[in-house]
Amino acid sequence: MQEYFIIIISAVLINNIVLSQFLGICPFLGVSKKLSASLGMGGAVSFVLVLAGALTWTVQTYILNPFKIGYLQTIAFILIIAALVQFVEMGMKKYSPPLYKALGIYLPLITTNCAVLGVAIINIQKEYTFGKVMVHSLSHAAGFTLALVLMSGIRERLEDADIPESMQGTPIALVVAALMSMAFLGFSGLI
Amino acid sequence: MNLMNEFTKGIIRENPLFRLMLGCCPSLAITTSVENGLGMGAAFTAVLIASNVAISVMRKIIPDNVRIPVYVVIIASFVTMIDQLMHAFTPALYESLGIFIPLIVVNCIILGRAEAFANKNPVIPSVADAVGMGIGFTLALVLVSAFREVLGAGTFLGIPVLPESAPAILMILPPGGFITLGCLLGLMNKLQKKTT
Repeated sequence: MQEYFIIIISAVLINNIVLSQFLGICPFLGVSKKLSASLGMGGAVSFVLVLAGALTWTVQTYILNPFKIGYLQTIAFILIIAALVQFVEMGMKKYSPPLYKALGIYLPLITTNCAVLGVAIINIQKEYTFGKVMVHSLSHAAGFTLALVLMSGIRERLEDADIPESMQGTPIALVVAALMSMAFLGFSGLI
Repeated sequence: MNLMNEFTKGIIRENPLFRLMLGCCPSLAITTSVENGLGMGAAFTAVLIASNVAISVMRKIIPDNVRIPVYVVIIASFVTMIDQLMHAFTPALYESLGIFIPLIVVNCIILGRAEAFANKNPVIPSVADAVGMGIGFTLALVLVSAFREVLGAGTFLGIPVLPESAPAILMILPPGGFITLGCLLGLMNKLQKKTT
């Protein structure tokens, strides 16, 4: 139980996927202007990230490892993620139109979100068991959503601030991210 | 003349990192030292040239509906090759770049160039485009990492440049990456406004 707890704390706070591992920066900067949009993106990424974590682990353990074709990992994983995103999109459209409406526009973007492929590869590198893979993927998804939601809260406030012209937009967002990342560094003594 | 144009546009006018804001993930994560920045830039340029050539050669046989999956597979194959080569010949660099080598697959610049340039143009201009974009991205990486290494570790390419100093370690930690890129982008915006 303790091991799982350590994985959760370390993935959500200490090694936060956006603020300390720099994965998924594009959606972090691109879709963090409105709170509602960032919740949608967080939800869509979490969904795909957990499913992809489970699928890629299964493929690695039961196909790539027994046949000793580990070098095909990158190709196999990116294909799994691309196919998964397609299926999730089609399935959602058919069975849950409201959910599709809420998350639909974010789904195609997720294929090229490095957070998904990144977490899948980390899962394998750390040689986790299936249970740990699920916990690890879920906590990274939670960490991603947390960072995105916090960022959008700050950016909604920034709209009213008086920012020098050349720093407006992405530059100031990066500086805000730096301050958030500094705050998250404070968690590093936790474990 | 036209070729020259394709080549130079990636370096300043359409610099992938500073102008188009593409490929931010590796440029924040691995720019802790100039050496890493150069290594990443070289690996990235190699993949970009190879994939641009392959896609440009096959641009007439790839069916339009499935072009994105085809591009992704082509890019992933080249990334796998680079990954294996670096593992064999530059193990130290391979260790320090770590997960960001396989992640070149999802770097938006490569897919972006395939979609925006290589599938519409012949091989030679595609190579010029890839080399220009590669050099532009490498320069951007080296610029970011130069600031971070000098301020954060007091060295440049491993050679001490700031004597008797207490380096600001924060600059090579994650916050340093965000703040350096943010300030550089602001500076670029200011410079561009002056020239136009």
